Amino acid sequence: MEGSLAKESVLKEILPENTAKTLVPQVEIAREVKPAPSRYRNEIAKYIIRRDSNCKLCGKCAEVCPHGVHVLKPGYKLFSAPHLNVCIGPSCQKTDHYCIDLCPNKALKMVENPMLKAMGDFRWTPDMLMATWKMAETGEPPSPEYGYDYETGASGGGLDRLRFKFPEKPPVDLRDDEIDTSIVLNRRDDGRPQIKIDVPWYGGGMSFGSVSNVVQLSKARAAVAFNTFTCTGEGGYMERMKPYDDHVITQIATGLFGVREETIQRVRIVEFKYAQGAKPGLGGHLLADKVTPAVARMRETVLGISLFSPFPFHSVYSIEDHQKHMDWIKHVNRRTLISTKVSTPNDVDMVAVGSYSAGTHIVHLDGGYGGTGAAPDIAKKNIAMPIEYGIVKVHCFLTDEGIRDKVTLIASGGLRTSHDIAKAIALGADGVVVGTSELVALGCIRCSRCESGRGCPRGIATTDAELAADVDLEWGTQRIINLYSAWRKELVSILKRFGMRSVSELRGRTDLLMHLDYTNDVETHT
Amino acid sequence: MPKKYHIETKKIPPRLPKIGKFGIVDWREDCARCHNCVKKACVYDRYRQETQYIKDLDEFNAMFFECMGCFSCVQKCTKGILALTVNPEYEGMGNGYYTPDIILTTWNQAETAGIPVSGAGYRGKFTGVGFDSMWTDMSEIVRPTRDGIHGREYISTSVDIGRKPKLLSFENNRLTTPLPPLVDLPVPILIDMFPKEYQFPNLMPMLLAVAAKTGTMMIVDREQQGLLGTYNEKHLLNVVFHVGKDASLPTPEILRKSRLIEIADDDGVEQRIEEIKTVNPGLVVAVRVELDSRGEGRSIELAHNPAVEVIHIVSDINGNQTGVETPGFIKDMTRHIHTSLVKEGIRDEVTIIAGGGIALAEHMAKEIICGADAVTINVPLLIALECRFCGSCRDGFDCPAKIETITAQYGVGRMTNLIAVWHDQLIEVMGAMGMREARRLRGETGRALFFEDIEEETFGRLFGKRISS
Repeated sequence: MEGSLAKESVLKEILPENTAKTLVPQVEIAREVKPAPSRYRNEIAKYIIRRDSNCKLCGKCAEVCPHGVHVLKPGYKLFSAPHLNVCIGPSCQKTDHYCIDLCPNKALKMVENPMLKAMGDFRWTPDMLMATWKMAETGEPPSPEYGYDYETGASGGGLDRLRFKFPEKPPVDLRDDEIDTSIVLNRRDDGRPQIKIDVPWYGGGMSFGSVSNVVQLSKARAAVAFNTFTCTGEGGYMERMKPYDDHVITQIATGLFGVREETIQRVRIVEFKYAQGAKPGLGGHLLADKVTPAVARMRETVLGISLFSPFPFHSVYSIEDHQKHMDWIKHVNRRTLISTKVSTPNDVDMVAVGSYSAGTHIVHLDGGYGGTGAAPDIAKKNIAMPIEYGIVKVHCFLTDEGIRDKVTLIASGGLRTSHDIAKAIALGADGVVVGTSELVALGCIRCSRCESGRGCPRGIATTDAELAADVDLEWGTQRIINLYSAWRKELVSILKRFGMRSVSELRGRTDLLMHLDYTNDVETHT
Repeated sequence: MPKKYHIETKKIPPRLPKIGKFGIVDWREDCARCHNCVKKACVYDRYRQETQYIKDLDEFNAMFFECMGCFSCVQKCTKGILALTVNPEYEGMGNGYYTPDIILTTWNQAETAGIPVSGAGYRGKFTGVGFDSMWTDMSEIVRPTRDGIHGREYISTSVDIGRKPKLLSFENNRLTTPLPPLVDLPVPILIDMFPKEYQFPNLMPMLLAVAAKTGTMMIVDREQQGLLGTYNEKHLLNVVFHVGKDASLPTPEILRKSRLIEIADDDGVEQRIEEIKTVNPGLVVAVRVELDSRGEGRSIELAHNPAVEVIHIVSDINGNQTGVETPGFIKDMTRHIHTSLVKEGIRDEVTIIAGGGIALAEHMAKEIICGADAVTINVPLLIALECRFCGSCRDGFDCPAKIETITAQYGVGRMTNLIAVWHDQLIEVMGAMGMREARRLRGETGRALFFEDIEEETFGRLFGKRISS
């Protein structure tokens, strides 16, 4: 593994002595799918089956259902609560084991779960949430039998209106193992490591404070399993994160919380966060309730005082200042790559070119509909453009400038599924950063209550010890591994249908996309 | 350094249980009476509050409490007897334009005077109609810093109302151009007249107090002057009398002590302005133009008249043009008027105030970007008083929120809180945009992204012609 202690002798040459001594052995995590069922007793299902008083407890339903929806435990007279999450709904009607029809007393009735109306939103529909949970549980794309309409949301624009134009038959027949989903992160040929990640995504920055340490560690361990990365966010670098150093990105944001030379020296990528899509131009937010003793200690701040990161970096008012920043980091850590995270203003194309010329390896665009632990509502919706526009704008501009292949373009900000990832790449990104999806895999239901009080009632975006204990590290790791695994399978399936051997062939292939609101009669070059 | 504009606020709790979005349906007959019932573990302690609500129950809607919709109790209940539902009363609030979400956030802002902050990302539609079809832009590097938003730098939200000279002339180093009168407002918000059907006793004195506390002005129909209650000369600094077409002018004494007056548009506008100026040349006169089929054209025509200082364009309460089959929206009509005046080189000479459809702080910022110098509001202030915008009062029924019973402390406090938090949000947006002054925000469409433009620019070249809206 590149940069690990296996190459300690090399490291000593490029790292100051004090850092090399503090590096700890890196942990390997198996990329293995294992069942990781929901941690909730009552899983939310798309369909529910109601049993009325005509039921004579004959047990026929339990006998015919191959999915184990109906549970009549031996020795019990009454049925237990049904396992509705494995019910395949109306698609079962076509089979010979449809319990509703087979019930001799017509005591069963299937209806769509009315609670779904209270769940999700236009961007994350109930189907998308349930499908993501299913993937996190099984490691497989959800079977079409479940009837989840999860590939797109219901926002009515952007990625939700884009579709792939698949050929009737793949031009080349490829096996799954012939398809490469890896991307390289350093295209500058500047003597720094050629880091390659096995999947075209990595985990977004979520600080300790905005999420619990178990969540951070689960993300990091899944990143190890998939040879990709996760990001610290701006809340500092936990001791417990050190065994995963090789897959951690240290973020330097405007608050500089927990930024020390030692933490910069440990990692293979350092990210400058200039802006965040959910609150462009406003800096970070951590409300007082979430500044617990542990968070305050990590950030070297005062317990119970709200933390507002300044904006922008007070030392950066030009591209030259940005370059000065990067030179500092490159000097402190001679093996690291630099990522520059910016949001998507109208002149994002100029910002991207400027970042490249200042020496960045990765331009990371975070679109206006991105996630956050806390942001003013007025900022979430109204400032800067959605990522769909930003990707096309920057990709085309970099191409026109002749530098597209010298910088890695990473997109984030509302990318929810493997289909979104593929579409973002087809629009022009090399890869993406995901965040909310990982949290959904851990049981997030997007109630938007991450920001204050004890934090997330689901034990994810919280620093409250009691709530955070709801998420187990092994379970959390497995859920994210499973999700990544299902996504990779879906991505491979998409590439296979296009006859592509590598995900890099998909980049910028807008000719393979169609928009449901357009005539789609433009001849685009490939 | 001049004193910074600041509105004193104080938390003003609601009088009634809020109509929350979610409610829990509880099938208690199946309850196993668990010792460690999941209800006790509610992070928000809503169940205890529910019990209190039921104890204090005086109407049915109190049953719907402020559940946060986290589903934790639903998913953890050992018997699975809890279900989450969307409160039908919540869904029934508003009128389509003033959505339940707008009403709820307005209540919260009026209560706390705090900028609404939440976690997770944006949850809504990709784009929409009206103000939802544009985004403000931001500056990646150059801007007043975020410290500015929180105090160390100053972002000015003040605006000048009145006519400005096109150029200044000097002779022997002395200014020879006569300077017209201007009204300086610390915040680009004025309180508009309330439609009669939404008025209630004591509203006017409360609005006057709000205008005084926030340093802005309220527009009062001359014929309703009596409803202001007892007011003194000092209060006239915060009052803009509106004079209808056939109404008589206020007394010369009032005219002499006022700063701004509004007259309804008609053919005799010029003569009326002259009458007013004869009494008080220092009084700024605004002309109120209804945005009907003639509104835009008439506004542009008036701007050419050197006697007209301020044009107050007004759509219906939902921001729509009136009296036409396919109405335009306030933002687009403002943009058209503004752009026309810019092209003709006279935009800076006249002040445009826009009203109607300004339901949220973001609408104010966007309306100013589209070309208004300031905005007028009324319905949001009503909602701040826990109005559900149900229309009962309009239809002659009792108000379910019992607004007519509110105290001055409550009413003034809630409406002041709302204006204060709108001001704070304007500063947030301006900070992100790198704007130091609300005056400079006006017409800065270069700092905005319009859906039609960016969609065409990005997807038009990839996918052809757009076929649906």
